[in-house]
Amino acid sequence: MQKANRVFVGVVAVALLFALSGVAAAKKLNVVTATTDMAALAQEVGGDRINIDSIAKGYQDPHFVEAKPSFLLKLRQADLLIVVGLQLEIGWLPPLITQSGNPRVQVGGSGYLDASQFAEILEIPQGVVTRAMGDVHPLGNPHYWLDPDNGRRVAKGLAGKLSELDPADASYFQERFQDFDKRLTAAEQKWDAEMAPFRGRKVVTYHNSFTNFAKHFHLDVIGYVEPRPGIPPTPSHTLDLIGLMKRENCKLVLVEPYFDLKTPNSIGSATGAKVQVYLPSVGGEKQVTNYFELFDYDIDLIKKALQ
Amino acid sequence: MNKTVLAGATAILLCAPLWSQQANPPDLAAQNAALEQHVKDLEERLIALEGKVRTLQSAQAAPAPAAAETPSSVASAAPQATATSSESQAAPTAEAAPVQGQAAIASSGGQLPNYGGSSAAAKALNPDISVIGDFIGAAGNANAPPAATLQPFPSLQMHESEIGLQAIIDPYARGDFFMSFGEEGVNLEEGYITFTALPGGFVAKVGKMRSAFGKVNTMHNHVLPWIDRPLVTTNLVAGEDGIDDAGFSVERILPAPKGIFLEATGQLFRGDSGDVFTANNRSDVSTVAHLRGYKDITESTNLDLGVSYARGHNDALSSAGEPGDFVTQLYGVDATLRWKPLRRSIYHSFVGRGELIWSQREEFPTEQRAFGFYTSADYQFARRWFGGARFDWSDRSRFDNLTDKGVAATVTYWPSEFSQLRGEYRFTRYAENRDSHEFLMQLIFSLGAHGAHPF
Repeated sequence: MQKANRVFVGVVAVALLFALSGVAAAKKLNVVTATTDMAALAQEVGGDRINIDSIAKGYQDPHFVEAKPSFLLKLRQADLLIVVGLQLEIGWLPPLITQSGNPRVQVGGSGYLDASQFAEILEIPQGVVTRAMGDVHPLGNPHYWLDPDNGRRVAKGLAGKLSELDPADASYFQERFQDFDKRLTAAEQKWDAEMAPFRGRKVVTYHNSFTNFAKHFHLDVIGYVEPRPGIPPTPSHTLDLIGLMKRENCKLVLVEPYFDLKTPNSIGSATGAKVQVYLPSVGGEKQVTNYFELFDYDIDLIKKALQ
Repeated sequence: MNKTVLAGATAILLCAPLWSQQANPPDLAAQNAALEQHVKDLEERLIALEGKVRTLQSAQAAPAPAAAETPSSVASAAPQATATSSESQAAPTAEAAPVQGQAAIASSGGQLPNYGGSSAAAKALNPDISVIGDFIGAAGNANAPPAATLQPFPSLQMHESEIGLQAIIDPYARGDFFMSFGEEGVNLEEGYITFTALPGGFVAKVGKMRSAFGKVNTMHNHVLPWIDRPLVTTNLVAGEDGIDDAGFSVERILPAPKGIFLEATGQLFRGDSGDVFTANNRSDVSTVAHLRGYKDITESTNLDLGVSYARGHNDALSSAGEPGDFVTQLYGVDATLRWKPLRRSIYHSFVGRGELIWSQREEFPTEQRAFGFYTSADYQFARRWFGGARFDWSDRSRFDNLTDKGVAATVTYWPSEFSQLRGEYRFTRYAENRDSHEFLMQLIFSLGAHGAHPF
């Protein structure tokens, strides 16, 4: 019994030491994001004053991430958790937050930030929402980061949040945001010019993750390979879509990297449309490491496909 | 898009008189630019405003005292959000509803809020409600001896309707209730509060819960990879209900070498769990301890290992035929290997699992030492299709010289994320040398917002 007590005291002491050392070392803010895009934006404003880590990978379907315990190791040390919101992560993030044992990142805690509040949200369903519509997001389309203007808005919001958590570095974060804003504005002018010849061109995407991009660059998404969001393609819908694409003279099918290419390829060969794997997120391909490269990659891809 | 046009049109209309007065080309260009900037600014303000309205409606705004400084400045305004929004009512987010409840308490200066208010926004205070139906059909020759713990399913059965009510209670805790409506009545399968904001990284639960003994014991029926539970569960760990008892639980992530997740759980229960534990006295509490280690081997493969221990009093009678002071101890080892390639995570995956359980049951005249295990593999070969197999081997806890064996094969089809159709062939060779061949069919369907289960 005596021995057991001593062991227990030892364990507690070790645990305390560990907890204290964690506090002492927390000079840089530990930021964990649900997706790589939020990480990329946080990196832009946070610079070297934050440690950043993303849970989902850029080539992974952000709706279906496994709530692995290894993510808890990241979450329990986090000062700030940035989520995309609009129920994108509802299938996997809530149990991680609960199990993390970290009061800061609990919903409503000082270190929980839903970035969707800063962005322009499209496709907010009106009227009654039922699951007959598929895996519809009742709060609107969560793939909002693919509009550079939303990137700017989110970055601005993140700069505010980081300043709040680390007031000593507030001016640093604001400066970084101003710099990001300048670079983004310049890049946007370039991107807008590159995409200008394709204004109004019709495209089909696999999932409705392209809405904000299409709005910003004036492309027209006329249909989806999925009959309803989250529902795999059905033969009848595929036939309808092929008919629609032929009527509308649609020549491009964009597929997210985490979907099977079988159906898109058969649609492509039936309609003569090109099938391209576009990147909805930073890190979807190795060379795409930041927010700018994401648009560079996708615009280059679309330009080549539509020329 | 519409609002941009609208804002633009308004701005142009307002400025039209100015415009007609000054028609110098350079001025015009400058004015144009100014106008454009103005429209842009207006649009930015509109989007910021929309974001705030959304935050209000879903009441994502934080109730925690620490979160009062959120940049949104919306937190304090949340209680006034009486505006009804069809989308937020149709599916209040897991986080949203209770949070608004908290905000309402704060706003009314300590008085309890009127939850039955006529305002439709009051519905947003409701917890997430879900119902999961579990229908099972069975056919074949179920040749179970009367003494076996594994008893056949009836031909057609609405096996269980599980109602889940889940919400965040306050900034410090969340609550989860799972009520199981079976054919014989209602059973509180689980109902507990989880304290998520304890110091030192501890997470505590109080209420009735499925204990952390091994893997299968923690799983609800609808997340099992099979229709039935393994023989070792039925023979040694109280079958479908398992060790499911009232008490409390504390868990914490332990320091471990980098990349390894180590978590310890300690639980104390009243000591009544099916045919495993029986509390004859108030002091006959049962304990469960679980240590879990997890490691990502690659980004798509991971290994999950656990050891468990449970101890409690049992229902064995003493030589005098009275409730005795006998103890049952259970030891468990579990291992799970998962593979899921991230790029094709919705199409292919593999899970291999196994559990070994030893039971030491004191009784008169001699202690029964039983052992059992199962091992299984499940492979997802298409987006909606899974196939699996399981091997069972287990002594009976009360008769350690009797051993049941079995094999099972399953095929599962997912019409969508919210329903599941499964077929299972099950062969059992009972210790009495009787064989049974059974075909089971199961349909699981889910309504509403059922929170995700832990990995």
